[in-house]
Amino acid sequence: MHMLEVKNIHKSYCKVEILKGVSFTMEKGETKVIIGPSGTGKSTLLRCINQLSPPDKGEVWLDGEEVTNPKTNINKIREKIGFVFQDFNLFNHLSALRNISIGLEKVKGIEKEEARKRALEELHRVGLDAQAQQYPAQLSGGQKQRVGIARALAMDPDIILFDEPTSALDPELIGDVLDVMKSLAGKVAMLVVTHEMGFARNVADEIIFMEGGVIVEQGPPKEMFTNAKLARTREFLGRIGALYGEEETGG
Amino acid sequence: MATDFGQFFLNSLPNLLNGLGYTLLLTFISIAVGFFLGIALALGRVYGNKIINGFCVGYIELIRGTPLLVQLFIIYFGLPSVGIIFSPLQAALIGLAINSGAYQAEYLRGSIQSVESGQMTAARSLGMNKLQSIRHVILPQALRISIPAWSNEFIYLLQYSSIAYIIQVTELTAEGKFIAAHTFRYLEVFAMIAVIYLVLTIVSTEIIDRIAKHLSIPGIGAAKRVSLRDI
Repeated sequence: MHMLEVKNIHKSYCKVEILKGVSFTMEKGETKVIIGPSGTGKSTLLRCINQLSPPDKGEVWLDGEEVTNPKTNINKIREKIGFVFQDFNLFNHLSALRNISIGLEKVKGIEKEEARKRALEELHRVGLDAQAQQYPAQLSGGQKQRVGIARALAMDPDIILFDEPTSALDPELIGDVLDVMKSLAGKVAMLVVTHEMGFARNVADEIIFMEGGVIVEQGPPKEMFTNAKLARTREFLGRIGALYGEEETGG
Repeated sequence: MATDFGQFFLNSLPNLLNGLGYTLLLTFISIAVGFFLGIALALGRVYGNKIINGFCVGYIELIRGTPLLVQLFIIYFGLPSVGIIFSPLQAALIGLAINSGAYQAEYLRGSIQSVESGQMTAARSLGMNKLQSIRHVILPQALRISIPAWSNEFIYLLQYSSIAYIIQVTELTAEGKFIAAHTFRYLEVFAMIAVIYLVLTIVSTEIIDRIAKHLSIPGIGAAKRVSLRDI
């Protein structure tokens, strides 16, 4: 049994079919990176997985439970699926610490002091001990995103979905966020939509190339970067590699 | 003249204080009841299904589309003919609360809708259900946003609670009318009453302002607001 199984997902918005049958699987602790041109349904796919936008057709299974079954308690499932947003979506009215502890308290029912301790540990893990009492508006973009990751991590999820986590950041802040993500590799499964080719090449166990609402090709980074089967994959990887810091990885 | 006015003021004081008591009672109770009514109606409008939303729209439009005075007359003079009898104070409290609820609902709805949609998305992603998300994430932000509009509603209610004198509630304005009718010193009486309303308004505005500052989120809102004069 796979930890996550996505079967033949279809999703349309306003009669335009965005996802046209997407299937893949993930195992415990695996990191997969989804790449592809914009408007190709990558973010929609992530939102289908945790049912923020339920798919029109197809199934999602997590740990042997059918996420897409209407009878499934979706709130319980979402505890196991962390989500990190492109524009952070930190709770504006709460300090960094409370942003992390509120889920522990209200969703997991953990007692306040214990939740606080856990939140402090997660802040330490992402290198933000000093920012515990600061509010989102007082944090830099990179710090916000690290709080966002800590918030997801604190729930002790099986998998974290990252929706372009560095796209809204200034270039000099991207590194801190990617470092945190790298440090998580192997400890929690990560499904990452990103254009950061360095991260994809060095951290991912597999790269999934999507275009036009379907998976065009998937494989280990080494194979995809050097020996992709399809011309379209090679062309896209070449173009995106030239745009996004591929040189840092010596590619 | 001055000592004469001083004496007149002291003589009027018991009545004025009695009236002031009713004015404050009317204001505080109806703003509080109207607040909870407003939250329920606003949530119904934003998150309710078609039926709930329709009911809330109907209520709000009915109340905002008819004069407060007519509403009070219906409650106080009209309802007894179908066997529902309220004392003047009860009728005024019900009327003002029902009325204020409709207005507060619209302020709150605007505030709720101005909270970024990503806040709800993030709360739901954590595993909060809709009610938890509203309670812990949306409302705390929406209520802060609505404080300035709410402050207006408070002042409005403070002053327009005087309309209750028409259905025999002896609030501040009614007491003034009573004193004036017995002494014929209309100018002095109503000047005193005007000053009392003015002081109440200034004091409550200041208090609400302080509450707003106290609740403001570090980094945004009142704490960091730059005076437009300085730009």
